[in-house]
Amino acid sequence: MEAIIQLENRSTLEALQALFKKLLAEKIVDALLLPMRTPKGTITPALVSNPDLLDHADPLAPVLAVNTATLAGKVSVRKPRARVGVVMRSCELRALVELTKMQQACLDDLLLIAIDCAGTYNVPTFLKKESESDQPLWKELFQALQKNPQSDNPSLRSACQICEQPTFEKAALRIKLLESDLDEALFLEVDDSLAEKLNLSPAPASSQNKVVSELIGYRSQRRDTVFTEIHERIADENGIQNVFAACIRCHNCMTVCPICYCKTCVFKSAVFDHEPMQYIEWSQQKGAFRMPADTMLFHLTRMNHMALSCVGCGMCTEACPAELPVGLVFRTVGQQLQKTFDYQPGRSMDEALPLVTFKADEWTEVGE
Amino acid sequence: MSETTFEPKIIAFLCNWCTYTGADLAGTSRLQYPPNIRIIRLMCSGAVDPIYVLKADLSGADGILIGGCHPGDCHYQEGNYKARRRIVALKEILKNTGFEEERIWLRWISASEGTRFADTVREMTAAIKAMGPNPYKQIWAV
Repeated sequence: MEAIIQLENRSTLEALQALFKKLLAEKIVDALLLPMRTPKGTITPALVSNPDLLDHADPLAPVLAVNTATLAGKVSVRKPRARVGVVMRSCELRALVELTKMQQACLDDLLLIAIDCAGTYNVPTFLKKESESDQPLWKELFQALQKNPQSDNPSLRSACQICEQPTFEKAALRIKLLESDLDEALFLEVDDSLAEKLNLSPAPASSQNKVVSELIGYRSQRRDTVFTEIHERIADENGIQNVFAACIRCHNCMTVCPICYCKTCVFKSAVFDHEPMQYIEWSQQKGAFRMPADTMLFHLTRMNHMALSCVGCGMCTEACPAELPVGLVFRTVGQQLQKTFDYQPGRSMDEALPLVTFKADEWTEVGE
Repeated sequence: MSETTFEPKIIAFLCNWCTYTGADLAGTSRLQYPPNIRIIRLMCSGAVDPIYVLKADLSGADGILIGGCHPGDCHYQEGNYKARRRIVALKEILKNTGFEEERIWLRWISASEGTRFADTVREMTAAIKAMGPNPYKQIWAV
């Protein structure tokens, strides 16, 4: 149902903290996994079980340091486990759905709380902007979009600038910030049973709010423009070498990727370590041999492993010390791949991962 | 290496139960086919990790053949269906990243199809000859 929380002289953040405290107080969940503000002013996810500490909860801060999906996996993947509420943005929730399909998380005892997202800054930009601004940063972002859903913000992370999924509809509780009157009230979309437990008041008949649909439309256009640019860069005969030539093989992109879940990546194993003379032989074959070896193999294999489930959170881009547009490349290729298999990561638990299922009578032209 | 003397090197990943046995039959039947193929035997086409197909491609293999049982005939029920999806995904990635996905062939050849195996190798060798050498034979910065 649609519910409303009047702010009544509280800030939006205080109203949310009160709501989260209630989840713990009413024992609806045993703990909450959500962004917390540290004494230093930085934002980090934390698993909170003492309601008093929720005074430091700050799910509104427009920064995404890590994709929390991986962490939600850690607290849910096997029994015994507790009931945990997770407060996440859309890209994190979509990654969580994918991880669940990969059996790296389990939704059974998780309470999904989705918070609308107006985009996030990377960590240094966030800290800089916070030190310079006396207004809450999140509010500026939401108000800008409410005023004009077609407004751009080049300071946001590149992934956020083309994010066409700012909301996540399948949560038990969705905090509809994009559609809320930020000075007056919070609008929520909430499961009936949860609304009852939380004693939430139903919202008056919702006025048609076009912010979300207009935003999705505009961002989809922006996304397609970026995809076209990237595609032009990577589809010629030099291919992704155009992009990954400067890769330093730190594997940060793989480490921060919520979808790359393998405990030991093949590229951190000895599978592609060879005898010393083998390298010399390869060097003699081509005249020179790039080292560390297998850089393109690394990126193509990673694509092969995760592009079908890539939710476009852009963590990889932020983690790249060579400042390569890793996330945009993976999303560009990922979208083609997802189209091929008619698969959209995070859309539904009912859709099997494309590479673990098959139909007998498909792609008959590929294997003749 | 001039175009006329170019002899492609084709790496073949063949399943134990069908295509490898088909290749064996081609041999015992004394069928002639081009010696451009280097066979790696696996238990199933579904056991071909695309990483090795990529490794071969990036190392300069001119062609890569993956051979499995006909759909419905997999010794492990469904390995070849899964292989097919993996190859579709791999080819889609290669197509979008500037690689020549046409160098990768997936073919179903049963244990009794020695002739089909010999024909496939002939056909593939000719097709790859027409394409020319894999540019990754020369490109060192991969």
